[in-house]
Amino acid sequence: MVYVKLFINFFIIGCFSFGGGYTMLPLIDNLISKEGWMSTEQLTEIISISGMLPGSIGINAAIFVGYEQAGITGAFVSMLGLLSPSIASLILLAKLFNHLKEHEATKFVMNGLKAIIVGLIIFSAIKFSFTMETLVNFSYKSFIFLGVLILTLVSLTYSRIHPLMIILIAGIIGAAFL
Amino acid sequence: MLHKKNIDLFISFFKISPITFGGGYSMISLIEREIVLKKQLITEQEMTEILTLAQIAPGAVAINSAILIGLRVSGLIGSFFSLLGIMLPNIIILAIAILLYSLFHDNELVKAAFHGIGAAVIGLILYAGYTMWKSNERKLISTIVSVLVLGILLITKINPIFLIAGGCVITLLLYQVHDSRNKRKKLM
Repeated sequence: MVYVKLFINFFIIGCFSFGGGYTMLPLIDNLISKEGWMSTEQLTEIISISGMLPGSIGINAAIFVGYEQAGITGAFVSMLGLLSPSIASLILLAKLFNHLKEHEATKFVMNGLKAIIVGLIIFSAIKFSFTMETLVNFSYKSFIFLGVLILTLVSLTYSRIHPLMIILIAGIIGAAFL
Repeated sequence: MLHKKNIDLFISFFKISPITFGGGYSMISLIEREIVLKKQLITEQEMTEILTLAQIAPGAVAINSAILIGLRVSGLIGSFFSLLGIMLPNIIILAIAILLYSLFHDNELVKAAFHGIGAAVIGLILYAGYTMWKSNERKLISTIVSVLVLGILLITKINPIFLIAGGCVITLLLYQVHDSRNKRKKLM
């Protein structure tokens, strides 16, 4: 049954999404390709929308994928699947906190996981970029696309501009030139 | 159940949730202002502990923080109210976005705008990777691991979950080695 499948798959993703919402993106991408639910192009659109909305990009994308697969119930089931591991592990961790806080092992493992996740996140950025027609069909538009990408990175790193503002400006540039 | 604390949790998160963009970390200063300073539901010290835990557990950091704050304030029921408060605005906004998307996604202008937005969102994703890289204390070894992982993902079709799970096991084993070596040093 599709609901069970959605729940289980997003539950598994929920268990491994260390480091926040962005970690979920490559995992969701793997899921949709494995199950043949949609193409990475479609997922890239969903992720663009998820990224411009408030809230966690990964959870928004998961709910959206669930909706595309099985309507409102599908969306709800996916969200529950994704959130349950967080809830369960937090209840557990909250009890263990005093043991964990100063535990060197936690820090050690988290640093290792972070290194792996950086690789995952960069991989998903590369993969999503290659589904963008504007970038891949080489023309002057590819440079505009790359320009927007680089400007986003620079302004996030060196200014305190609000991400929503960046997305708005990017949308206007896209509508005008792409 | 409809205790004032629970309603406070719900309202606070309901207010914060729709104004935070670009991932969990932007939400944290808002949570501190609302929950610690204004409503005084938890102390600054508790908030620091909660943030540590929220980052250790899997899942989105802001949502994990909301669940933990709820747990701390009034147990499971509290976490239910804060989770509901943080998710409800998201769900409503997402529903509107899905509706608008299904109406307008064939429009040429909307498509073009989305090419620009796509570029910005990929920038946001890369920036998330950058901040995570920056937060790692061991830059050299972590960079090597990241590059290796990227290489594996580009070449093979491995499910990234196995890389994360494998990473947990390997770092735990490495820690055992590292730990026993330290202990031996202390004995000598």
